[in-house]
Amino acid sequence: MKRAFPILGVLTAILLSYALYQALVVAPTERTMGDVQRIFYYHVPSAWTAFILFFINFIASVTYLIWRKPAADIVALVSAEVGVVFCTIVLVTGPIWARPVWGIWWTWDMRLTSTLVLWLIYVSYLFLRRFSSGGQTPTLAAALAVLGALCVPFVYFSIWFFRTQHPQPVMGGGGSIDPRMLHVLLINWLAFSCFAFLVCWSRYRLEKLQREVEEAQALESLTEAPRSAR
Amino acid sequence: MSPPSGITRATLLKDLRLEWRSKDAINSMLFFSMLVVVVFSFSFDPNAEESRQIAGGLIWVAFLFAAVVALNQTWARELRNQVLDAYRVSPAPANSLFLAKAVGNFIFVTVLEALMTPLFIVFYQLRALGPAWQLLVVAMLGTWALVVNGTFFAAMSIRTRSREIMLPLLLFPISIPALLAMVQATTAILTGEGARFWIVLLVTYDLVFTTGCLLLFETVLNAE
Repeated sequence: MKRAFPILGVLTAILLSYALYQALVVAPTERTMGDVQRIFYYHVPSAWTAFILFFINFIASVTYLIWRKPAADIVALVSAEVGVVFCTIVLVTGPIWARPVWGIWWTWDMRLTSTLVLWLIYVSYLFLRRFSSGGQTPTLAAALAVLGALCVPFVYFSIWFFRTQHPQPVMGGGGSIDPRMLHVLLINWLAFSCFAFLVCWSRYRLEKLQREVEEAQALESLTEAPRSAR
Repeated sequence: MSPPSGITRATLLKDLRLEWRSKDAINSMLFFSMLVVVVFSFSFDPNAEESRQIAGGLIWVAFLFAAVVALNQTWARELRNQVLDAYRVSPAPANSLFLAKAVGNFIFVTVLEALMTPLFIVFYQLRALGPAWQLLVVAMLGTWALVVNGTFFAAMSIRTRSREIMLPLLLFPISIPALLAMVQATTAILTGEGARFWIVLLVTYDLVFTTGCLLLFETVLNAE
């Protein structure tokens, strides 16, 4: 397992550089938007990765509520943290792309608003984890994660009712895309997913070690107390 | 052991009696929402036609902020003298406690709305162009949506550090779809458009989140 981590790291680095080359050089230039459109290869894969991570967070939280395994709790924490990072990338690259294309940084349309609300929900999840202390944190956080996930369809449907400026989803939205562009997009998505997995893995190990250290310290202070009293 | 409905009724009556004698929650909510109304009136110049467009949002934002004041007090009251711990070790089902608290908050916020709505109508010269009875339905559904989640998250935030700040941080993001539906439905009724979609959305939201909160409340109450 320990050797797998650097190997995956090197593979991810190669994949990310290849994806960058594909996005900046190989992919055809979009006819109306020009080179600005190349941000698409970062914007969309980040969004997909964030959604997947939030879904993992939901599954891990339900798992924790049923079986109470600490590992499930760590997975939930890690996926929410990394998901928020990727969601932030989406929210930052979106306006950068929108400014030259739509002429505005931000518009309150369906997709932008629903992504922002999703981001808010998971930031509040991280807040709860930060502000609660002791052994109850995993349970409270898991309960919030379940309610947060229940909220997602409502966010989607309520904001769907407004007019939308954002293009239809690339997948299953009836939009058409150049197959070469799709190819580059999928390569980028693969690279981003590998990167997210790598970050999650290292964060998982860090969190696990941190908890072990905390436990050891607590145990130590318990055994030391009578000795100093003597 | 008394039946769950008996426990709900006893807790609810106790809360209502406490509130009737102290009037802490309702007074602070009333004053707070009045402040919001006055502050809002400075930030734009309301004339009848324009205010009809924004009144829906304004009313609900005032009620939401005011409700947080009452929601924060819900469980804080039970921390004194370890009442909540006593409840936790008793064999009484957790959900009857939750329902009592949620219904109690619902009553408080409804009273607030009943008292504040005439003031809104006077201040902003409102007159519904659509069917006004629908406003009542929207108010009921919207209040329940705020209160059921609010009671749940108040029980959660009471377990954290800086608990008064934590409640809005947890409650507002999850309430956004409900808030959007309430605001849109109110505006649609005031301006005379149809509000059916938003009412259906509110009903579904209420059903889903009431079920979710009831399923998870025991876990949260007993979290160690």
